[in-house]
Amino acid sequence: MTTTAVREEGPAAVTPAPTVGSHVRNYFARVRGGDLGSLPAVTGLVVLCLVFAIVRPVFFSAANFANLFTQGAAVTAIAMGLIFVLLLGEIDLSAGFASGVCAAILANVVTVLGYPWYVAILAALATGVVIGFTLGFLVAKVGIPSFVVTLAGFLAFQGVVLLLMKEGTNISIGDDVIIAIENRWVPPLIGWLLAAVAVGCYATAQLLRHRNRISRGLVTEPAAVVFGRIAALGLILGFAVYVLNQERSINPLISSNKGMPIVVPILALLLVGWTFVLNRTAYGRHLYAVGGNREAARRAGINVDRIRISAFVICSTMAAVGGIIAASRDRSVDPNTGGSNVLLYAVGAAVIGGTSLFGGKGRMINAVLGGAVVAVIINGMGLLNLSSGLKYVFTGLVLLLAAGVDALSRRRSAATGTR
Amino acid sequence: MSATPLLELRGIDKSFGPVQVLRDVAFSAHPGEVTALVGDNGAGKSTLVKCISGIYPTDAGEFLFDGRPVTINNPRDAGALGIEVVYQDLALCDNLDIVQNMFLGREKRSGIVLDEPTMEQMAAETLAGLSVRTVKSLRQHVSSLSGGQRQTVAIAKAVLWNSKLVILDEPTAALGVAQTAQVLELVRRLADNGLAVVLISHNMNDVFAVSDRIAALYLGQMVAQVKTTDITHAQIVELITAGRSGALGLNPGNGQTDTGGQTVDSTPGAVR
Repeated sequence: MTTTAVREEGPAAVTPAPTVGSHVRNYFARVRGGDLGSLPAVTGLVVLCLVFAIVRPVFFSAANFANLFTQGAAVTAIAMGLIFVLLLGEIDLSAGFASGVCAAILANVVTVLGYPWYVAILAALATGVVIGFTLGFLVAKVGIPSFVVTLAGFLAFQGVVLLLMKEGTNISIGDDVIIAIENRWVPPLIGWLLAAVAVGCYATAQLLRHRNRISRGLVTEPAAVVFGRIAALGLILGFAVYVLNQERSINPLISSNKGMPIVVPILALLLVGWTFVLNRTAYGRHLYAVGGNREAARRAGINVDRIRISAFVICSTMAAVGGIIAASRDRSVDPNTGGSNVLLYAVGAAVIGGTSLFGGKGRMINAVLGGAVVAVIINGMGLLNLSSGLKYVFTGLVLLLAAGVDALSRRRSAATGTR
Repeated sequence: MSATPLLELRGIDKSFGPVQVLRDVAFSAHPGEVTALVGDNGAGKSTLVKCISGIYPTDAGEFLFDGRPVTINNPRDAGALGIEVVYQDLALCDNLDIVQNMFLGREKRSGIVLDEPTMEQMAAETLAGLSVRTVKSLRQHVSSLSGGQRQTVAIAKAVLWNSKLVILDEPTAALGVAQTAQVLELVRRLADNGLAVVLISHNMNDVFAVSDRIAALYLGQMVAQVKTTDITHAQIVELITAGRSGALGLNPGNGQTDTGGQTVDSTPGAVR
């Protein structure tokens, strides 16, 4: 072989036990090789936050920090679903208006027909499943390119929302539970408890895995790296909960306003659940395989059509979740719910977060990081009182930058052979 | 080696519409031996392999596996018998690592969770069993591997499942000199481990370097299946290009093999 010398020591693929140093060196080697992962999104997030914080100090207030979550939640949920479709190298342009259709169904069921909130939410989610199945069937079984199918969906769903809204009226939502998602807060104590449980579960899972690998004599990362990761998660969650638990109300005696928005634990649960599906189940593995090399996946006995249809189902169902969140935030649904640039923000969030538009590469955390970047941009530009023209131009430039980083890192990784 | 071939085909016919691609083909592969399948482009090598692996149904003919008659209707049947094919384009996913590729579609699970440690261990053992020492880490993405390493992974993937017959389609076609030697060494090791190996190749040097028997196809007919030691380079080239060479191959003129469709085994002694 040209690149590697024959190793003398023992069985195949035995590498010297990694140390913290080698771990860090490997990470930098991967980044230099073009495997940037979430690095651009994190960097962008830090830079944007610093810029906005310097120009408008109010950006760093506790109240604004909570705003970031409620503003970015719907886009993040839609982006989470889009990642499944993007991993296959497909696109879903209809996700925005699909969320609009689901929100319209939600509003109609809960307000016009007067059913309880859980019926309305189930109806919205079921609508998402039906939409996703239809799109996926047309793409996988009929063989129409996803761009065209979902472009048709984009146009048609826009009309469906209008029809459901009786030509443009808006339906307000009075149901307390649905409104609570974006407009009520988790009590501070429970917030701390949730964070502690999350860190505890993560630590347990990591340590069990570490011990299992050591007991089987497999190559393991150094314990310090494992503890470092657990500590980092604890710090981030602790900081977020601490800030979100600050009093945000101007006069706490009239109405107290502290704790994390209820949507935060919901998104966290979705993040953990979908990450588990992508990384730890055969279904997730097959999804990456179909995105990486469809023919190889087919020969490996994977039902490629079923994987493709399911990805669209998950995407549209997550769009329904996004629609529910948007309806909760606005306390109403109008024909523009899920419209204008919701879809573009969601695709932008996924791509900014590090998901490749070419398929096979991406993680669930990308949606959250990218969603955070998008939320920070929307929020910060709002604080700067810029004209909406400038806002659009700026957002477009950031998206272009993210896609450019993706393209360049791909070129880099094609040259170095890593991906 | 052993007297009964692991896989024996008799009188295989296969047509695509009006075009008869395989005509009364007989073929056998023995455990512990490398059988080279040679022939010019369009001679029917790939079709024969696809019939063996169950991708194409045959029109007529018998399959004997371990002496028992079997029917292979789809790739799953072939897999159940222990037949694995390593295709020329390898069918690996660049965005997955070595372990993930080796277990693709047949992942080990505990409950619904993938059992990564077990898979990693099995992959390491398989690669060790093939004396592969060229990969740095089992968790490397396949995109970072060289051509020879990819071929190694593809072959390891094929032998992971206690397969008995491994068919390699042009494994050295895209490789450099050093990597070719390495892959051929691996092919030899497979046979030495007791597997029946079928090697499709255009490269006569490779064929003579590793094979125990050579089967030559000419325009859909098996013109000879002989021991490698009993034939010369020039004779094989003649068989491939003209369908006959001296006493071997087709009878001049009538287009039939001189033994009426049976393979010619010119060796009187069975054991080399």
